[in-house]
Amino acid sequence: MAKNSKSVIIIGAGIAGIQAALDLGDMGIKVYLIEKNPVIGGKMAQLDKTFPTLDCSICILAPKLSECYRHPNITLHTLSEVSNVEGTSGNFTVDIFKRARYVKEEVCTNCGDCASICPVRGVPNYFDANLKNMAAAYIPFPSAVPPVHIIDKNSCVYLNYGICGLCAKNCGAEAIDFSQKDETIKIDNVGSIIVAPGYGLLEDVSPLTRYGYGKYKNVVTALEFERLICASGPLEGHLKRLSDGNEPKKLAFLQCIGSRSDRDQKYCSSICCMYTTKAAMIAYEHNNELESYVFYIDMRAGGKGFQNFLRRGANEYEIKYIKSKISHIEVDEEESPIITYEDYDTSVIKQMKVDLVILATCIIPSPGIEKLADVLGIELNDYKFIKTHPFLPVETSVEGIFTCGCAREPMDIPRSVAEASGAAARAAEVIKGG
Amino acid sequence: MSEKKDKDVRVGVFVCSCGSNIGGLIDVKEVAEYAKSLPNVVFTQDNLYTCSETGLAQIKKGVTEHNLNRVVVASCTPRTHEPLFRETIKDVGLNEYLFQFVNIRDQCTWVHMKYPHEALEKAKEVIRMGVAKVSKLEALENIVVDATPTAMVIGGGVSGITSALSLANQGFETHLVEKDAQLGGKLNVLNKLFPTGQDASELLESLKERVKNNSNLTVYTSAKVTNIEGFVGNYEVEVQQNGKTTNLKIGVIVVAVGASLLTPTGKFGYDGKKRITQYELEEKLKNNDVKANNIVMIQCVGARNDERKYCSNVCCMSALKNALLIKEKNPDANITILFRDLYTPGTLYEEYYRRAREAGVIFLSYKLEKEPIVEENTIKVYNEYIGEEISVPYDLLVLSTPLIANDGNKELAQMLKVPLEENKFFLEAHVKLRPMDFATDGVFICGAAKWPVDITESITQGYAAAGRASTIISHDTIEVEGATSFLPDYNRDLCTGCEVCINVCPYKAISKNEDDEIVITQVLCKGCGVCGATCTNHAIIIRHFTDEQILSEIYAFGGS
Repeated sequence: MAKNSKSVIIIGAGIAGIQAALDLGDMGIKVYLIEKNPVIGGKMAQLDKTFPTLDCSICILAPKLSECYRHPNITLHTLSEVSNVEGTSGNFTVDIFKRARYVKEEVCTNCGDCASICPVRGVPNYFDANLKNMAAAYIPFPSAVPPVHIIDKNSCVYLNYGICGLCAKNCGAEAIDFSQKDETIKIDNVGSIIVAPGYGLLEDVSPLTRYGYGKYKNVVTALEFERLICASGPLEGHLKRLSDGNEPKKLAFLQCIGSRSDRDQKYCSSICCMYTTKAAMIAYEHNNELESYVFYIDMRAGGKGFQNFLRRGANEYEIKYIKSKISHIEVDEEESPIITYEDYDTSVIKQMKVDLVILATCIIPSPGIEKLADVLGIELNDYKFIKTHPFLPVETSVEGIFTCGCAREPMDIPRSVAEASGAAARAAEVIKGG
Repeated sequence: MSEKKDKDVRVGVFVCSCGSNIGGLIDVKEVAEYAKSLPNVVFTQDNLYTCSETGLAQIKKGVTEHNLNRVVVASCTPRTHEPLFRETIKDVGLNEYLFQFVNIRDQCTWVHMKYPHEALEKAKEVIRMGVAKVSKLEALENIVVDATPTAMVIGGGVSGITSALSLANQGFETHLVEKDAQLGGKLNVLNKLFPTGQDASELLESLKERVKNNSNLTVYTSAKVTNIEGFVGNYEVEVQQNGKTTNLKIGVIVVAVGASLLTPTGKFGYDGKKRITQYELEEKLKNNDVKANNIVMIQCVGARNDERKYCSNVCCMSALKNALLIKEKNPDANITILFRDLYTPGTLYEEYYRRAREAGVIFLSYKLEKEPIVEENTIKVYNEYIGEEISVPYDLLVLSTPLIANDGNKELAQMLKVPLEENKFFLEAHVKLRPMDFATDGVFICGAAKWPVDITESITQGYAAAGRASTIISHDTIEVEGATSFLPDYNRDLCTGCEVCINVCPYKAISKNEDDEIVITQVLCKGCGVCGATCTNHAIIIRHFTDEQILSEIYAFGGS
């Protein structure tokens, strides 16, 4: 079906990489979609709902995951990273380092028998923000693509000590293959490359500990909150405090955690004002008696329908917005967080006791971006995002290599999707224009 | 009626748990078990996620092993998932139209989440209706039409030019139509561009140069699109230029008509001299004509209020840019920006805000409820932070007004049969995942015609619309939905020629031929069913929604 002899390599299969892959595939161009995780979907798959439509995130994403999986022009390589690039625009040769899955992709029926018999428990599931444990044989979430289990090399008893192997014995399809080795796949005749590795989130670093994260159980990050409130998450959508399992009645959402600050990241993380409002709305839908307070500096809502969304938040969901700056957080004897803040409207220092604090942590460059930039020979900017020119927004510093989404700057899903289609167009210009 | 078994009809019903979205409230096993008792049903199964690759594999297995020739999926919503399930049964050799979607999530477990018993009973009833209907469905074929590999971009601003260049560079014959005598849109108005400080004219010249050198690109300036007929891959577009009419055969259309500037007549003493808009300031800066020493800027003038609820996206950055330009020339100038929420998202823009503060620009916030009061030479603004009213002297007041939708949007929208949203900007197919598409196939949108955007995003969207448009014209043919309305020959006698159908059809799919007979152009029809519903003599039939099929559902509902 692919009508062109040159292919495109897309690095990263989050929503941006997926959209670029589907567009190019639909243009009749052969695409290799490279994802370092065992399944595709990126951060969007982890979200509960999306703003401003409150669509269920995985519900609108899942058809795209399937489309990628079955598209005749798209070849998916999961557990894979680009390890070497040679050549120039129109004719790159790319090495893909593919880690062993220890499960035969074409044989596995995704029945889950390996996971249920695996004696290793307590492997934190990254997909559930490490709030839920799984076995050493696992699939991050049930509707994942590819629908193939994986064996975690670090915690599998067989791979480390040569004993057990229960999963292999229990697998009716005989899909377990401990002899699989990491491999390097060479792809040549690559016309163009799109770099879409997405973003990381601030974790375990000083701005978070300042707000008691890691120390107080009732202080969670926004991504953790997404999983906690999601019907397919670790609490099946029944929001509870992690300290005592009680249902919280009063939530505090703290904005700009680690961003817009001289001490931490100087830039604005762009999406937090909106996702916070969304999260507070969902929480309210779960429990109409719940109160939500948003502590913010500037409400940044410039996208389509965003101001209406904020109005709805305030009017229909009773979200209270407090223009303020947080000083610090302590807890009382019941481990309820007490926030000390300066109210900007009155310039008075105040305190508020809540049941649960949610930190809008800053988007940071994708972990591993420096190594990837090195392999590709592309430049990063001062913040370690991929460097682009404001008026050449999807081009990297290397001709024929394009970028899209949060790899170059924090941005929301519509913009990532638009940039992905834009990067696809630019790659198509290289392929078709010769 | 629905109790009777139809010979050779073998229905499979797949009930989705949707994680706990459905299964958390009602027992999907019980629902699947119930479905087994329905006429023509030979196989049922419940799945954790029917839409997952595992669930889809189970549908395929069910079809093959149980020789199913009709499939019902009871799950979330056809809005997002119907194409996926249709595609799945097609993969195992079934006609994709022998499929019925039953909504037991949005319309059962979500809306009735406080009433699990009633939700369960409703789920069973809608499945019973779905099974009755699927038993009556007929195989249909999609319509295949040729596609012309040409593109038209309407609007020659930065977004439109970018889009046209990308399409032309991909090898497509592209036509760019601009209403003004010059290409460039707002680039002609602007002085310098944020965040680089580059001259707007410099960017425009480089774009024009690339347009001139592109042999696939034809430009029509001082031109207007006056008529659009046809459908995806096959549009007939009439362009008027200097009294000359050109008719073009076009495969895809990109709308890039941009937005207009709001003149704040009657607001804050606007007079176009001492009290001007941010865009008028651009002109002054271009001419090196800013003499004032005390400058005050007010943000959100005519935006984020009850009349115009939205944030215009670009005004904070424009104000910062112009403030910095003035400071560069005249470091002693006093510049105060009165703002509500400063909108500088991302890396470079936040950096810009920082630079403005470091340059000594003063920022004072105000609230919508307490707007600044403009007097002859001073502005009074209530500052929440110190809890007092402050008087700021000025000799130049600059009002940041929003971008607003063009007056001409309505006319163009009607020609293209695409919708506008409440502020009269163009409305895309889905805000989140289809930002450049319209619901109408073959028409795309980019730039400020959709929503206020800056130059960077206009460029991105220009490329993006080109990417989306290319997915269609990269192929020689296009498949369109086969579930359309038609007037069968055996019903010709019933047609009285009253033309009600012609008037109600929103897609201009129905007309009369030279013999005064009703003709329905299948590729134009979207199967909405309005013609069939209004046809006084039931002459028009809607495929996939025939009277018999719909009645079977109603009987199944009432007749249990």
